[in-house]
Amino acid sequence: MNYHLATSFEEAARIAANAGGTTRFLAGGTDVLVQMRAGMVLPDDLIDLKAIPGTDAMTQLADGSWQIGVAVPGARLGANADLCRDWPGVVEGMELVGSTQVQGRATLTGNLCNGSPAADSVPGLVAAGATVVITGPEGSRELPVEEVPTGPGKTALNKGELISEIRLPARGDNAGDAYLRFTPRTEMDIAVVGCAVSLRLDGDKIVEARVSLGAVAPTVLLVAEAADAIIGTTLDDAALDALAAAASKAAKPISDKRGSAEYRIEIAGVLAKRAAKIAYGRAKGDNK
Amino acid sequence: MSKHHVTTTVNGDAVEFLADPRETLLDCLRDHVGLTGTKEGCGTGDCGACSVELDGTLVCSCLVLGVEANGKTVNTIEGMASGDALHPLQRKFIEHAALQCGFCTPGILVAAKALLDKNPDPTEEEVRYWLAGNLCRCTGYDKIIRAVMDAAAELREAA
Amino acid sequence: MAKDGLNTEFRLVGTRPNRPDGLDKVTGRARYGADFSLPGMLHGAVLRSPHAHAKILKIDTSKAEALDGVKAVVTRADFPEGLEGEDWNLQENTMAGDKVLYDGHAVAAVAATSKLLAEEAVRLIEVEYEVLPHVIDVDDAIKPDAPVIREGASDASVPEGMPPNVVRYMEFGRGDLEAGFAAADLVRENTYKTEATHQGYIEPHACVGQMGSDAKGEMWVCTQGQWFIRKMCCAVLGLEASQLRVTPSEIGGGFGGKTTIFMEPLSLALSRKANGRPVKIVMSRSEVLRATGPTASGSMDVKIGMKKDGTLTAARAEFRMQGGAFPGAPVDMALYCGFAPYKLDAVEHVGYDVLANRPKCAAYRAPGSPMGAFAVESLIDEMCRELGLDPVEVRMKNAVREGDQSSYGPKFGSIGLVEVLEAVKGHSNLAEPLGPNQGRGVASGYWFNHNGETSVSMSIAADGTVQVSVGTPDIGGSRASLSLMVAEHLGIPYEDVRVNVVETGSLGENEPTHGSRATFASGKAAILSTDQAIKEMCRRAANEWGIDPEAVEWADGAAQPAGPNAGKFPPMSIKEIAGKMGETGGPISGHHESLPEGVGASFGAHVVDVEVDPETGLTKILRYLVVQDAGRAIHPSYVEGQYQGGAVQGIGWALNEEYIYGEDGRLQNPIFLDYRIPVASDLPMIDTVIVEVPNPGHPYGVRGVGETGITPPLPAIASAIHQATGARLRHLPMTPQKVRAAMKAQDS
Repeated sequence: MNYHLATSFEEAARIAANAGGTTRFLAGGTDVLVQMRAGMVLPDDLIDLKAIPGTDAMTQLADGSWQIGVAVPGARLGANADLCRDWPGVVEGMELVGSTQVQGRATLTGNLCNGSPAADSVPGLVAAGATVVITGPEGSRELPVEEVPTGPGKTALNKGELISEIRLPARGDNAGDAYLRFTPRTEMDIAVVGCAVSLRLDGDKIVEARVSLGAVAPTVLLVAEAADAIIGTTLDDAALDALAAAASKAAKPISDKRGSAEYRIEIAGVLAKRAAKIAYGRAKGDNK
Repeated sequence: MSKHHVTTTVNGDAVEFLADPRETLLDCLRDHVGLTGTKEGCGTGDCGACSVELDGTLVCSCLVLGVEANGKTVNTIEGMASGDALHPLQRKFIEHAALQCGFCTPGILVAAKALLDKNPDPTEEEVRYWLAGNLCRCTGYDKIIRAVMDAAAELREAA
Repeated sequence: MAKDGLNTEFRLVGTRPNRPDGLDKVTGRARYGADFSLPGMLHGAVLRSPHAHAKILKIDTSKAEALDGVKAVVTRADFPEGLEGEDWNLQENTMAGDKVLYDGHAVAAVAATSKLLAEEAVRLIEVEYEVLPHVIDVDDAIKPDAPVIREGASDASVPEGMPPNVVRYMEFGRGDLEAGFAAADLVRENTYKTEATHQGYIEPHACVGQMGSDAKGEMWVCTQGQWFIRKMCCAVLGLEASQLRVTPSEIGGGFGGKTTIFMEPLSLALSRKANGRPVKIVMSRSEVLRATGPTASGSMDVKIGMKKDGTLTAARAEFRMQGGAFPGAPVDMALYCGFAPYKLDAVEHVGYDVLANRPKCAAYRAPGSPMGAFAVESLIDEMCRELGLDPVEVRMKNAVREGDQSSYGPKFGSIGLVEVLEAVKGHSNLAEPLGPNQGRGVASGYWFNHNGETSVSMSIAADGTVQVSVGTPDIGGSRASLSLMVAEHLGIPYEDVRVNVVETGSLGENEPTHGSRATFASGKAAILSTDQAIKEMCRRAANEWGIDPEAVEWADGAAQPAGPNAGKFPPMSIKEIAGKMGETGGPISGHHESLPEGVGASFGAHVVDVEVDPETGLTKILRYLVVQDAGRAIHPSYVEGQYQGGAVQGIGWALNEEYIYGEDGRLQNPIFLDYRIPVASDLPMIDTVIVEVPNPGHPYGVRGVGETGITPPLPAIASAIHQATGARLRHLPMTPQKVRAAMKAQDS
C-alpha cells in the first residue's frame, strides 16, 4: 500500500484519478482503518488529506454560514460554542459517532462518505440543508448532503473526486434543530433508527421545517411529508401524531441484526416526535 | 512495501521508527517502540484499551496509522506517572480495587486523565459517558467510576 | 466496613490492602499474553472457514509457501491421527479435519517474519469446499431430520432412536412427581430460551510457542490454567507433557473461556516446522468471537407445582442445549443448579446435549447455572404473581438449609441461603418506591464452588519474608487474598508475603483458576504449606532453647514457649529464625498438594429495579443489589468486585448480548460494536451486601465468590420488566425490540 500525504485537494484528486487499484482517502480514518484491519478493504493507495491547508479549520462567515474542513474531528465541533448554539442537532449527531476516543478522529466528511444509511451525523446535516463542495479532476461542484450517499457504501463521488468542504447555512432567528437516534445501549452502538428535525418559528407557529431519517432506507432520507405535517402548526398533539405517521410511512427499512423492519418503522415515528419537540424547544430559546 | 521513517515524541522522548504504512500507531508503539502498556482489545475502536493522547487529543491508537504520528506528540500509560509518583488516578485505581484483570486499565487511566484535564469536576454521569468507549468486562464499572470521582476530588483539593 | 463484629478476630483477613500487582497494572508494566516477544520470533495467522458446515475437498498452500518471508504452513495433515474422545474434539476444534463445522473453524495456519506477511499468506491459501446444510438453533438441531453434524458422536448415555445430533442424554430425580403436582394448587409449565453469549474478556487470546525437532517446547500464554494448556497441547500434538513448559502471562480476563486451547497448538506446530523459531499468535477480536468459547444456548421446559401459601410440591425440568459442534454443553450443570435453592421432595430432570454448527462452547462463569436459573426463577416469579405472593417470602419458605438434600442429590453442608434472603428483605433498595413504567425483580442463584487439583509451595527467605508459589493465575486479585491469608496465618505483615503464579515446571499439576476455586483451594493449600514451615520454625526454636518441639507454639509471627512448663524464653521471630536457618538445618519451606476437601457452596440473591420506555421497549437499570454468601471475604473489595462484575455480565446476557447468525450460518456480530457488552453509561452503581456464613471446610471460612453472581440477573430482570410492562419475556436477550413486541402482543 502506498501512503500519500497530499498538500492540496487538486493533488489528492490527481493521485486518485491516476491510481490503478483500490484508493481510499484518509481523514479521521475511523472507518478506513477498521475496514483495512478486517481485510474488507485493502487499498493500494491511501491518500491522507490532513496536510492540506484548511482541512482542520472551522469558520463562520460574515453571513452566518459555516465552512467546516474535512479533517475537523467531532470533538472540535462540540468544543465550538458558536456552532453548538447555531446547530446543536448537527453537533449532537456527530458526537454520537463512536466513543470519546473516536470523537478525537472521526469527521463529518468521513461519516458522510462512508455511505452508511445509519451514519449518525448525516440526518442532522440533511435537516440543516448542508451542502458539500466536491473537488475533482474536472474542477469543483457543490451538492446537497442528501445527494451524496447513493446506497449503502456508495456515494455520488466519481473517480478522483473528493469532498473538500462542508457548508452549513446561516441558522437565522427563531430556529432550532435536534438529532436523536435509537440504540439498545446508551453509547457505542449503530443507530437502529436516527431522526433529525430542523425548524423555524414565527411566534409559536412552525414556518419552516426539514425532517431527515437515518437507517430506514438505503440512504439517509429527507422526508418532505414529515416536514409538511408540522409546518403551520404549533407542534400540538395532532401535528406530532401526523409527523410520526409521516415518518413511519416514509421509512422503508430492511430487517437485519440491528432491528426488524416493523420495529424500525414504529421507532421512526417515536423519534420524529421526540426530536421535533427538542428542536421546537430550542427554537423557543431552550438551551438544551 | 516501502517503510516510512517516522519521528515522534513519545512520553517526552524523541522516538524514531520505521513503519509499514498499514501498521497502526498501536502496532508501532508495541512492536517498534517497545511500549506494550497500550493494549489491543478489538482493533476497531470499540473497546478503548489502546487509548493514547495524540497531540493532546484522546484517540484509539488502533484507529491511527503509525505514519500519521510523524511530527506529533504521543502520550501513553507509560508516561502517566512522574518518576516514582503515581498520578492520583493510578493511585486511586489501586486503592479502590478498580481493576481486576487490569487489561483495560491503561486505556481507562489515559481516558480518565484526559477527562479530568478538561473537566476537573465531572458528575458521575459525565464520567460514565466519557468512559463509555472503554470496555471493562471484570468490574461492572462501579469501582472504576468511584476511583475516577475520588481522584478528581483529590486533584481539586490539590489545585 | 460492612461486617463489623465479624472480622475483629483477624488482624488482616477482611481488610482491604492494595493488591501486590497493582503498581504493575496501573503503569502498563504488567505483561499480558501479547506482550511477550523472543529473539527470532515469527508471527502466526490462521485461515478460518467462511462456512458453517462444509466438506474440505482440497487445501492448496503452495502460493502461501512461496511468499518470501513465510517460514511454515500447517494444516490438519501436520497433526497426529487416531485421537479419541475429548482429545479428538480438542484437536478437531483446533484445526478442521475432513469438514469445517462452524463459521470461523481453523483450516490452516501460517508463520512468517511479520504479522502483515502472515496475514497476506493466509489470503493466498486456496480451499475448495463442498458446502453442506447447517443447523444453528438448538430446537432445530434436535429435530430428527436435522443436518447430521457428526455420525457416531453420541456417547452411551443416549438411548436408541434419539435424533442424530443428541450426543448426551441424562435423566435423574427423586420422589413421586405425579403426587407432587396433584398436591399443588397451581401447576404451571413454560418454555424458556437463552441465546449463546461470549465471555467477552477484553484481552484476545495470545501465545508464543516454541518447539524444536526434539519435541521439547516452551509456551508463554494468557490462560487460566497453564497445566490444562500443557495437557491439551500435548494431547493434540502427540507430545510428552513433561517436555512442554508453559508459563502463564498476566491474564486479561477469562471467565472460563481461557481454560482450554484454541490456537496454542498451532503456534507449537508452526514452530516445529519452522526449525524451532518461536511463533507468536494473537487473535483478533473477530477471531475471538467467531472461534473461541461462547456459551451454550438453551431451550428449557420447566414445570412447577405450588400451593397457595407458596410451598413447592414438585418440579420438573427438561433442558435442551447446544454447545457447538462438539459434546459438552453444560446441560448437566444447568439442571443441577436450576432447582438448587429449593427444598423439593419430588423433582425430575431431563437433559439433552445437542450438536449444532457453532464453535465449541467453553466454560463461562457458573457454566449452565444462569440458563437454569432463567427458566426456573422466571417461572417461580410468574407463579408468585399469579398467586399474589411475595417472591422473597416464597424463596424463604422453600429455602434449602444445612442438612437438606439438594434437588440434584447430595446433602447440603453449611450454607447461607436463608441469611442471604434475610439480608435482601432488610435492604433499603426494597423500600424505594417505584414510578410508572418501573418494576422490581428478585431472583436467587447458585454455584457449587470447586476444589480441583492443587499444588502450592512456600518458602521463607533469609530476611524472614515469604514467597508463595501457586499454580492458579491471578485473574482478579487472588495474589492479594492469598497474601492476606498467609500473612495472617504467619502473624507477619501483608507486605512481607509475595505470591508468585508459576510455570508448569515449578509445581505439581494445578487445575486452572476456575469454578471459584483459587482463593479456596490455593488458599487452603497455601495455609497447609505454611503450617509445615511453622512446624519447622518451632522445631528450630525448640532446638535452640533445648526444649521439646511440642512445647513451642507459633503466635504473633514468632515461636513462643507454650505454657508454663516449656520454660521462659523470649519469642523468637520469623526474622530471627530465618536469619540463621543456614546454620540451623537449611532452608525452611512448606508444600501441600491435594484435592482440597470442604468445598462450600454459595447462594446469592439479586434485586433489580428497571424502567422500560413504553414507546421503544428500552430497559434502563435504575438500581441493582447483589447479596451473596462469601463464607468469608478475605479482601472485601475484590469480593464486591466479583459480585459487581458477575451481575453486570448477567445484565448484558439478559438485555443485549447474543450470537446472531445469518441464514448462511455465519456469525453476524463478531465485533464489540454489535456484540453488545454493557458500557459504563448503561449502568448504575451496583450495590453489594457480603453475607458471611463461614465455610467450615476452609481455615478462614472461604467459599468462593466468582460464579454465583452471573446467575440471578437473567430472571431478575425478566421479572422486573414483567412488573414494569405486564409482559413476560421468556426468550433472551430482552432487547428493546423484543420487549416492545411483547408489550404490543399483550395489548392486542
